[in-house]
Amino acid sequence: MLKELFTKKKKYASVPSEQVKQDVPEGIMTKCPKCKKIMYTKELMKNLRVCMSCGYHHPLPARERIDSLLDEGSFQEYDSEMISENPLQFPDYLEKLEADRRKSQLNEAVVTGTGTLNERPLVIAVMDSAFRMGSMGSVVGEKIARAVEKARELQVPFVIFTASGGARMQEGVLSLMQMAKTSAALKRFSDDGGLIISIMTHPTTGGVSASFASLGDYNFAEPGALIGFAGRRVIEQTVREELPEDFQTAEFLLKHGQLDAVIHRHELKETLANVLDIHQTGGDGEWWAN
Amino acid sequence: MVGELEFEKPLIELRKKISELKEFTQTADVDLSAEIEKLEARLEKLENETYANLTPWDRVQIARHPNRPTTLDYIERLFTNFLECHGDRLFGDDEAIVGGIAKYHGLPVTVIGHQRGKDTKENIRRNFGMPHPEGYRKALRLMKQAEKFNRPIICFIDTKGAYPGKAAEERGQSEAIARNLFEMAGLTVPVVCIVIGEGGSGGALALGVGNHIHMLENSTYSVISPEGAAAILWKDASLAKRAAETMKITAADLQKLGVIDEIIPEVRGGAHRNLDEQAQSIDAVLKQSLQELLPLDGLALVEQRYRKFRQIGQIAFSEDYLEVK
Repeated sequence: MLKELFTKKKKYASVPSEQVKQDVPEGIMTKCPKCKKIMYTKELMKNLRVCMSCGYHHPLPARERIDSLLDEGSFQEYDSEMISENPLQFPDYLEKLEADRRKSQLNEAVVTGTGTLNERPLVIAVMDSAFRMGSMGSVVGEKIARAVEKARELQVPFVIFTASGGARMQEGVLSLMQMAKTSAALKRFSDDGGLIISIMTHPTTGGVSASFASLGDYNFAEPGALIGFAGRRVIEQTVREELPEDFQTAEFLLKHGQLDAVIHRHELKETLANVLDIHQTGGDGEWWAN
Repeated sequence: MVGELEFEKPLIELRKKISELKEFTQTADVDLSAEIEKLEARLEKLENETYANLTPWDRVQIARHPNRPTTLDYIERLFTNFLECHGDRLFGDDEAIVGGIAKYHGLPVTVIGHQRGKDTKENIRRNFGMPHPEGYRKALRLMKQAEKFNRPIICFIDTKGAYPGKAAEERGQSEAIARNLFEMAGLTVPVVCIVIGEGGSGGALALGVGNHIHMLENSTYSVISPEGAAAILWKDASLAKRAAETMKITAADLQKLGVIDEIIPEVRGGAHRNLDEQAQSIDAVLKQSLQELLPLDGLALVEQRYRKFRQIGQIAFSEDYLEVK
């Protein structure tokens, strides 16, 4: 017995078998890509996926975003059953869509619907970068155009959260045309006096930044979000110069006059409530009466 | 010869052979007229075959031909009294877009278009027809002016895309393009857009929200260049040829997809072969467009344009995916 204590036994690092590995629920821990800290996903989610250590804004899934803003139980989704076709007969496109459906638990890269925020009604569209990098094809364009038309019909504000790599390559020029379609819908809504609030989240680039994302009466962004038209690498290749560290970040855009404000995720609801409030308090006789 | 295209090589060789034979018969004392006739017949046949079966990549080459007519070439031939108007009143004048007032068969119009250069020097001045935000803002200024004075707007589209540069981003390339899409949607005057060369991405679309959109037979219109698509999709820009086929970027493709109205036929071999003749066929289509649109009032024009873009795209519905939370 005592002897055994002194004999050095070889120690092996234990490697969990494939079976055991699968038993650990996926995503129990999340590593912050910025500060590299590892934290419980559940706690991160409670914090609206803002890193507790460095404040990095992790991508927020569309449904979590909606839950974080709207009054409980008020959200009614539009067009949840709308899905993409393969208009160009693009190789592997349908398979990729299917894979993303499973991965993201979404039918497409945007969730639209109506609900109330502090009891103020609105139509909301939230993009989700987990589905095809939030890219805009026919369905994204159609859902957003329909949501804007709905806001016009209901005479309520339209709020959009963008997260997108841009137009969806696999639908070619049809994706490009969604930029015009969504912008035209917003123009019509705007001409009727409709309020448009755009909140750009990481990333908002290409055809999405060059259409509805930039067309808010108020254009906000989350801290650190990448926002721009052309990709950084493309620009570096064309201009052959070193780009500043903060190039195309929300803060860079703010500095160059392209945004109204950069707003921390924890303060977004309050900010939106404030804007909605200012817009819904009549500036007419009511005010004088008080 | 400058501007020979890859797919035209067999034709060029045959032509060279014929002219050699012709020269030979003149100097030597042999009659080769039968041979020459045979070869000429073969050339004719080969030309017909080649130009009737252009691949999308061939058309990309024609659309990028260094001698392909530009916006200013067409303005000179289709309009009179053209006065170019410069500047966006905010930052500067972007020479990658030209615009101004003119008369079209006597009718006052505003005409705007992307402008490439014809040589290196001009291309540098015009930034290869790739606009900065101030170009789009100039275009919008001219469109709003046209609306004020109730003039139809004609836009020529011919750009590889908006310029990807630091300054362009700082000055709001995205916002400038978005604003044009937004404002063009509401214009109460007729807007006719004609793609004359390359229609590249958002930079093309920013002049493209028209009541009617036409394309020259060998022009292209696409969400991204074939090279860009190949780089993103297959991480290999040399697969551009394949991307050109896959991305469906030709006039015939766009008509099938319900994006454009008319395909304007080109001179055989491409618009650069005969500029005057090409201008005439554009003239015919443009005249017809304006005749259709001029009787409509402002509201009807906005509505027609709205419907046009509203219906673009393909969607489906599936019960299988209802509520996935």
